[in-house]
Amino acid sequence: MLNSEYVPIKMEEDLLLVRKCVRQLASSVGFGVLDMTRLMTAAVELGRNTLIHGKGGHMRAVIVVKDKAKGIRLDFEDAGPGIPDLDLALTDGYTSKDGMGLGLSGAKRLVNEFTVIPVTPRGVRIIAISWLDE
Amino acid sequence: MERIPILHVGTLLLVTIQVDMHDRLATNLQEDLTHRLSETHAKGVLIDISALDIVDSYIARIVGNIAQTSRILDAHTVLVGMRPPVAMTLVEMGVTLEGVSTALNIDKGMLLLNKIINK
Repeated sequence: MLNSEYVPIKMEEDLLLVRKCVRQLASSVGFGVLDMTRLMTAAVELGRNTLIHGKGGHMRAVIVVKDKAKGIRLDFEDAGPGIPDLDLALTDGYTSKDGMGLGLSGAKRLVNEFTVIPVTPRGVRIIAISWLDE
Repeated sequence: MERIPILHVGTLLLVTIQVDMHDRLATNLQEDLTHRLSETHAKGVLIDISALDIVDSYIARIVGNIAQTSRILDAHTVLVGMRPPVAMTLVEMGVTLEGVSTALNIDKGMLLLNKIINK
């Protein structure tokens, strides 16, 4: 069974691979169509953030198990300028460039756990976890 | 360059998105539709997204732009076929698709467009 995946995010077409990879993992864990749609959408929003704001990076997707719960952890990392004001970036409607300003805040709402970690010397790491409802 | 076909039928432009949508494809569609609207003097645009398993904020923004642009070019846009999980996800993200008319399927979308156009 496929249980861990690494996807480089260097160009726009890579977002299709991000989506495909998350779909495969979510399906193998047993996510229903709604949870799968949420997670794939969150993954594309975060992947776009990595690509545009982070100037490229990668995603690691892995199946995680805690007690009896199964889930998927998506880990995006870039070496871009970082997010100087995280609260601002997570505000609805805030946009650094194009988009609806709902990329990060929208993705956050679609997953169970959402963590943003600054990377030294440059960049940002965003970890999103979705747990499968039993 | 990869492009989504636009069909001109009567006074309408029909677009059925059958491929995985990505940002450039969406931007191209917006440009192409704008050109076709001014060329054909079409009064309505019907966009069928029943094949899309996700719609992210970028695609949603382009759809909003298309609706606004078509309005300025004296046409109306109706979005049809959105899958229920896609609709729920958009609402949860806070995407409102304000100003975009929607219908459940192509038939209902055509009826709605004709109603709007002939008003």
